Amino acid sequence: MKYVSEFRDPVLVERGLEGIRRTITRPWVLMEICGGQTHAIVRSGLDQLLPPEIELVHGPGCPVCVTPLEQIDKALAIASRPEVIFTSYGDMLRVPGSGKDLFGVRAAGGDVRVVYSPLDAVRLAEDHPDRQVVFFAIGFETTAPANAMSVLQAQAKGLKNFSVLVSHVRVPPAIRAILGSPTNRVQGFLAAGHVCAVMGYWEYLSIAESFRTPVVVTGFEPLDIVQGILATVRQLEKGRHFAENAYSRVVTEEGNRPAQGIIQRVFKEIDRKWRGIGTIPMSGWGLADEFEAFDAERRFQVEDIAPNESPLCIAGQILQGMKRPHDCSAFGGACTPEHPLGATMVSSEGACAAYYRYGQ
Amino acid sequence: MTQALISRIFYPAFENAPLLRGDDSAVVEDPGPGRLAVTTDSHIVSPLFFPGGDIGRLAVCGTVNDLAMVGARPQWLTAGFILEEGLSLETLQRVAESMKAAAEEAGISIIAGDTKVAERGKADGLFINTSGVGIIPVGREVGGARARPGDVVLVSGTLGDHGIAVLAARGQLQFEADVISDIAPLNGLVEVMFEACPRLGVLRDPTRGGLATALNEIARQSGVGIHLEEPAIPIGQAVTAACELLGLDPLYVANEGKLVAIVPPEQAGAVLEAMRAHPLGRQACRIGEVIAEPGGRVLMRTSIGGTRIVDVLAGEMLPRIC
Repeated sequence: MKYVSEFRDPVLVERGLEGIRRTITRPWVLMEICGGQTHAIVRSGLDQLLPPEIELVHGPGCPVCVTPLEQIDKALAIASRPEVIFTSYGDMLRVPGSGKDLFGVRAAGGDVRVVYSPLDAVRLAEDHPDRQVVFFAIGFETTAPANAMSVLQAQAKGLKNFSVLVSHVRVPPAIRAILGSPTNRVQGFLAAGHVCAVMGYWEYLSIAESFRTPVVVTGFEPLDIVQGILATVRQLEKGRHFAENAYSRVVTEEGNRPAQGIIQRVFKEIDRKWRGIGTIPMSGWGLADEFEAFDAERRFQVEDIAPNESPLCIAGQILQGMKRPHDCSAFGGACTPEHPLGATMVSSEGACAAYYRYGQ
Repeated sequence: MTQALISRIFYPAFENAPLLRGDDSAVVEDPGPGRLAVTTDSHIVSPLFFPGGDIGRLAVCGTVNDLAMVGARPQWLTAGFILEEGLSLETLQRVAESMKAAAEEAGISIIAGDTKVAERGKADGLFINTSGVGIIPVGREVGGARARPGDVVLVSGTLGDHGIAVLAARGQLQFEADVISDIAPLNGLVEVMFEACPRLGVLRDPTRGGLATALNEIARQSGVGIHLEEPAIPIGQAVTAACELLGLDPLYVANEGKLVAIVPPEQAGAVLEAMRAHPLGRQACRIGEVIAEPGGRVLMRTSIGGTRIVDVLAGEMLPRIC
C-alpha cells in the first residue's frame, strides 16, 4: 500500500538501524512525544532492534491519557442526563473516571455514541432537535481543527442543541515543562509528525535553541521512526541542537495555515491540567469568549467537579519520562487493560497498555 | 400471526420431513455411529443485510462452523426467531431464503424452529438463535488442547473481511470499503482436510476477536506458545487500508468463513494442498508454528524483524483517536 508498505520495508529499516549503530558512541535518552509513535515502536518490535545505547522514554502525547480526571467525571455527569446524546472518539469510552466509565454510563441507559468525526456529532444535533448533543472535544493540535470546525458549523447552522466539552492540550508547552524540570533526563525529542502537519515546527526552533536539545519532527511508520532517531543521534553526537524535519513528506515549517486559523478563531490559550502531571501554564485550549454558548461545562453546570486520583498509579511520572511501566508495582497485576487504574493503561496509545499488549 | 409466518415463510423455505410433521419436537431417525456434537449461538447484526451476506446466512454458517471446528459433520439445525413488531414480511422472507440457500450449501436441514414477536423498540429488527447437532465420525479427536510444539499453523484465507464489510455497511463511519464478508459454511473444507490428515487435531474459526483471540485460546488450552510470521499472514489490501484509517488491528477483526488449523509438520504440506484445491481455501497458507515456551502466549515476528506479543482483546475494539 503506497506510503505505508515502503515505510515498513525491512531492508530499508535495517539500513537505517545500521546508520544509527555506526553513528552512536555513547548512551542517549530520547523521548518520543506521541503515543502513536509509542504504539508503532512496540507494535513493530522496533525497541528490540535499536542499539542498547538508545533509551526511548515515552512522552505525554496520548490525548486519552492526559485528559484530566475531572474532565472525565464531567463527561460522565453530562452523559448520564436523559436529554443528552454524548458523543466521543472511541477510546475515551473506557477511560475510568472516579466511579465508572462512559461504557458504564451507556450500560445504565445513557445515550453514549462513538463518532469518528465531530462533524458527525453536528449532524446528530441536526437530526435530533429535541435532544442535547455534546461532543467530547479532546486531543492535541491534531484533532483541534476538526473540533473547532464543528463549533463553527453548529454556529452557522444556528444549532442551539450542540455543545462541546473541551479538553484540548498543546505539545510545545509540555516539552518546555519536561525540559524545564530539575529531574529531566531527556536529551533529544522526536516531535509528533501529525501535530506538526497542522502546526508546522516553527514553535520548536526556539525550544531546541533555548534548551540546547535536538527536536526532530518524526513520522509514525517504523522507517520514519528509525530516520527520526538517526537524525537526533547525529545531532547529539556532533553536539548540535536544532529543530529538524525528518517527516518532510507530510510536514512543512509553517504547517497548515487555514487549520491554524480555525483553531485561533474558536479557541483561546488557557492553563490546562494534564492527568498525572498537573497544571501546565497556557498548555491548552478552551473555547474563545465568542463561543461560550457552545460550552457544555456551562450549559450543564459541571464546572465544579474536582475529584482525586488513585494513589497507586504512577502514570504522571511515566508520562514525563521519569519512570517506565515496569517500574510500577501495579503494572500487570492490579492494573491491566481490562481493569485500568490509570489512563496510560487505558488507551492503546498509552505507554502501559502498549507495554502490556506487545511487550515481553 | 406467527402461525401464518410459519406456514407461509418458514415451512416452504426449510422444507423437510421432521419439520413438516409439525409436532412439538422434531424427531430424527437413528443418527448412526459416532459421537454427537451440540452447539448454540445467538445472532445480532446491524445492518441485517451487508455485502456478502445477511443475518440469516450468518445464523446458519456460524452454527455449522462451530460444529465443523470440533470435527463434526453438521446435520440438523434449529432456528429461533425474535422479530421486532413492524419488521416487514419481505425482510423476513429474504432472510428465510438466505438461510435456505446456506443450509443447502452446508448440506444440513433446519428441522425445528420458534418465532416470537417482541414489542416495537424491544428488539433491533430481528434476532436469530440457531442450535446445531452434528456427528463426529469414529476416530476423530479435535480440540483446542491438542496443539504440540513443532506443529504448523495454517489459515484458510484472508483475514478481517467480515468485520470490515459489516462496519462499512453500518454507514456510521462515512467510509466505503470494497470488502465483501467471507461468510461461508466451512464443513466441506474441513472434510477435505480430514481426508488429507485424519489426525487433524486443532481447528478453530476466528470469529469475534479475530485470529489473535482464536490463537490465544488454543495456546492457553494446550499450554504451548504460538509463533507467527507477520509477513505471512494474508490480509486483503482494502481491509489493510480500512484498518490503517480507523486505527484497528486486522488480527482482531472478525471472520465468518475462515478457519485456523494446527497440524503435525509432516502433514502440513498435504493439508495445505487439499485446502488450496477447495474453493474456500484457495488462499490458504502457513502463518507460523507451535513452540514450547512461553506457554499460553502468542508471539509474532514483525515485518521489520522485531518480536511482539499478540494478546487477547480487552473489551470491544475501539477506534483510536489519532
